[in-house]
Amino acid sequence: MLASEVVMMRDTFPLLTFLIVLPFVGAAVTLCTPKGRTEWAKAVAFITSLATLGVALWMLADFDKAAHGYQYTVDHDWIGNLGVSFSLGIDGISLFMVVLTALLIPIGLLASVNEPNFKQFAVWMLFLEGTVIGVFSALDLIVFFIFFELVLVPMYFLIAGWGHGNKAYAATKFFLYTMAGSAFLFAGILMVAYLANKGGNPLTFDVRELTAWVSEPGNVSTRTSRLLFLAFAVSFAVKVPLFPLHTWLPDAHTEAPTAGSVVLAGVLLKMGTYGFLRFAIPMFPKAAQYFAPALLTLSVIGILYGAIVATMQPDLKRLIAYSSVAHLGFVVMGTFALTTTGIQGGLFTMVSHGLTTGALFLLVGMLYERRHTRLISDFGGLWKVIPVFSAMFLIATFASIGLPGFSGFVGEFTSLLGTFVTRRWWAVAATGGVILAAVYLLWAFQRAFTGEPEGENLGLNDINARELLTVVPLLALSLFLGFYPKPVFDRMELAVDDLMTHIEETTGYTEPDTPEPVPVEAEGHGAEEGH
Amino acid sequence: MLASLLAQVLPESTQISTPNVDWLAIGPPVALFASALAIVLMIAILRGRSLTHDLTNWVVLCGVFGPIEFWLGRFWQVRFDDDSAAVVVMASGALSVVAALVSSVGRRRTFEASLVIGAVGTITAGAISVAQWSEFRNGGPFASMANAVAIDGFAIFVGGVVLAATLFGLLLATAWIKREQLEGPEFLALMLLCATGMLVMASATDLIVVFVALEVFSIALYVLAAFDRHRLQSQEAGLKYFLLGAFSSAIFLYGVALVYGATGSTNLSAIRSAAPSAALVENNGLLLVGFALLLVGLGFKVAAAPFHMWTPTVYQGAPTPVTAFMAGATKAVAFGALLRIFAGAFDPLRSDWRPAVYGLAVVSMLVGATAAIVQTNVKRMLAYSSIAHAGYVLIGVQVATESNGGFDGTAAALFYLAIYMLMSIGVFGVIQIVGRRGDSAHALDDYKGLARRDPALAALMTLFLLAQAGVPLTAGFVAKLAVFKSAVDAGQVQLALVGMLSATVAAFVYLRIVLAMYSSDDHGDAAADAPAERLPVDLPTGLALFAAGTAVLVFGILPGWLMDVAEHATNYLAGG
Repeated sequence: MLASEVVMMRDTFPLLTFLIVLPFVGAAVTLCTPKGRTEWAKAVAFITSLATLGVALWMLADFDKAAHGYQYTVDHDWIGNLGVSFSLGIDGISLFMVVLTALLIPIGLLASVNEPNFKQFAVWMLFLEGTVIGVFSALDLIVFFIFFELVLVPMYFLIAGWGHGNKAYAATKFFLYTMAGSAFLFAGILMVAYLANKGGNPLTFDVRELTAWVSEPGNVSTRTSRLLFLAFAVSFAVKVPLFPLHTWLPDAHTEAPTAGSVVLAGVLLKMGTYGFLRFAIPMFPKAAQYFAPALLTLSVIGILYGAIVATMQPDLKRLIAYSSVAHLGFVVMGTFALTTTGIQGGLFTMVSHGLTTGALFLLVGMLYERRHTRLISDFGGLWKVIPVFSAMFLIATFASIGLPGFSGFVGEFTSLLGTFVTRRWWAVAATGGVILAAVYLLWAFQRAFTGEPEGENLGLNDINARELLTVVPLLALSLFLGFYPKPVFDRMELAVDDLMTHIEETTGYTEPDTPEPVPVEAEGHGAEEGH
Repeated sequence: MLASLLAQVLPESTQISTPNVDWLAIGPPVALFASALAIVLMIAILRGRSLTHDLTNWVVLCGVFGPIEFWLGRFWQVRFDDDSAAVVVMASGALSVVAALVSSVGRRRTFEASLVIGAVGTITAGAISVAQWSEFRNGGPFASMANAVAIDGFAIFVGGVVLAATLFGLLLATAWIKREQLEGPEFLALMLLCATGMLVMASATDLIVVFVALEVFSIALYVLAAFDRHRLQSQEAGLKYFLLGAFSSAIFLYGVALVYGATGSTNLSAIRSAAPSAALVENNGLLLVGFALLLVGLGFKVAAAPFHMWTPTVYQGAPTPVTAFMAGATKAVAFGALLRIFAGAFDPLRSDWRPAVYGLAVVSMLVGATAAIVQTNVKRMLAYSSIAHAGYVLIGVQVATESNGGFDGTAAALFYLAIYMLMSIGVFGVIQIVGRRGDSAHALDDYKGLARRDPALAALMTLFLLAQAGVPLTAGFVAKLAVFKSAVDAGQVQLALVGMLSATVAAFVYLRIVLAMYSSDDHGDAAADAPAERLPVDLPTGLALFAAGTAVLVFGILPGWLMDVAEHATNYLAGG
């Protein structure tokens, strides 16, 4: 089947539709596998998710980094009465999110083969994959919103069904928080379409047309565009999550099953930052500029607050959850610096955070499987008992801290650099977060892994091959991108440039020049590759 | 003897001139009414002393009166107009069918026979509606029967929703009646009578006809709500519904009287042309009070807050198939009347009634969503959620006159009603099964572990609940999208926002039920137990649930067809 597919793909094959539909079909087939034959469900789930990964990688290779605008676009009339069309497309901003999703799902499945009722678990995971890819490739606001909301359903069932502790509470809180945020987004979307329609355009929810019209100075009053920006921003801020809308995240992340946390941190949070980059900022560039100081402040608060709270967490998973708040703060900060470098740094951090935090969640999950606790105080001296695992954990810790040589460094450094140009003091304050990250992670590592092992910690099994297979790709990628981020920057560069050009054209603002990153070059790290 | 009297009175070769009855126009309610009547007659025969005795009588009667036209023409040279002849033949045909059925199925199969009659009547009514639709699409809307009944897209759409709900209701009722060992045929006859009234109301363009239809279906509903005589709650529901319903009917009638006083007519198009286009407050208090009373009366029927006090008790107490039917059909038809009267006849006065409807919508959405949170009885929760749904439809009503030509508020409201019917049939269908014998296991705790015992049932329930919550790829999302979009297009962003937020609150309610289903039983190591007794799902209920579930999914993914129909249906007559 695949062979013939590849031949077709070369011309007009609707690659993105295929990429969305494939996991859904896989989910349906998995659901139909006979009861009690988990191996069938496993086979179908892995084949589907690996096939999706294959298609996504093919797309990554095939992606034309010299082309402006969206690629692999699909356009079908869908709900004609309401002007909704099924439009998809990918550019440098969304490309890596799609690939990251396709990467994390098989890894999550591999990490979860021992979950009870694996069949249903796999169904929800594949369902989730389809919806997340839909979010990142939708070019119609309603289609985007549909996938954006639909993501909640599989995630809800994953947390409520396979989570730990207070899972029902966490799942419901996650669902309602995000849904409440979406209320504003939905109202905003309808309003934008209405305004454009009233302004003489045909009724449409197409992102390209609406962005072009709404961002045009004079088409929408300043007040309206600010309100609309806020409507979009609230929804995305909940998703990111931005301080003070982050309170759902520690619960959801902590109580979710390992694979759920990985996907949640890896790609679901990025739906918020992606939303800013794809919709909120290009549609309302002036309003984005107007609110940038506020959002920068919130993101810096998030960076510091997330880091400080993480320091105090007794629960290892909760600690990582709070570190996500801090990391995503860097993304939002870089984005709202409104410089090419800042946005690139934010985007890169999105990718990097997916890899490093994903690895950390996987490792904590393995610890939990062995010890049935996540409290740092219950561990101690693990290094002596399970050295390979501990080494992996240390690497993941370094990657997450953003040690030079890992992707985290490139992302955070670039985003700080981009912010420094326009918002010096915010960048200075945020740098504190980098240091705090080292504090909370290394301190936790010290407490859990160093010293002398006692009691139950003595009898632990070291990491096995399957578990290594889940973690190593993520860490290897993080390391690779830390030394050689060029492939990523190359592909996102044009899209970010276009975005900046769009902002400059519509607001009359000129981006200040980024200073030459000489010191970085001297140290041999790749942050400057993007320029 | 009557025959000789007739022979004396009537001269030779008389042409009896009958009123010009447009049988196509009132075909659907007549078909339903005939089937209800057939069931009643059949019961009357079979509940008699001796089967053979009554049967003989009946066959003889049919033989005599069936071809009445033939006899009349043969002996007195009396001829009716063609239409009347048609209906007489139809009636005698129906009676002959009953006679045939009775003789063939016998005493033991009364219920099945009445079910078949009911289904045939409903499907016939549906077929006539389809014929009407093509007539309407070709020739546009038209009024008949002294302008009291309209054949327009609106009537046919609402009628279609009612008929679908009736069909679903019949399917759901089958299993329930057998389970509870109640008198089946009477129940079906009442449901059909109820649907008859609803169909008339859907196409009524005269306030008197609206009122008569309202009473016909309400009275049948009162009885239906109290039908389960084993349960005290059911009787309480019936009584409460009856008392409050009687009040609301009286209020509605008072409104009709005042509107008549103010405009000199009860006909909607006449009212529209008589109603002043200026704001009323200063110059015509009578009309203002009149339509305020109409709004209250109909607000009661659609279960809009603050006229919703009856809803929780009645929805909870009424037999579950009745609740399903009530939620789907009553709302549709009462909103149909609301739209026809307000968006149609009172369109010139929209600045007067729109604020009131705005308030009703907001209060309904908030009250419905928040009050549902604290409930522990699933039926009661969904009763409150139905109040919230009334609020969403009211958004469509509120902006109904603000037509941009495309898919406007009226179309959105109609679409929402159709989808809500499917969702409530589905939800209450599952509730009926979970309710078990006695129809009383409706506590949230009764849903614990459902997913493990009956995964398919739990999956269906989840689908319907998520649809009610407005999750994408279900019809519920498209319905909400349509309604909110119409609100935004009319410049009412706030209304859409309140709607979205209340939908979030309501989502909590649906999630509670979902969580209960997917959580394990209280018995601790539930997984270790042998599979607990599965709930019996019989074929008709399963069919209804499957059909409703499929429709909810299909209209969620490909809503185009139904949206087109709803859009065409806004071409209605009331305004003339």
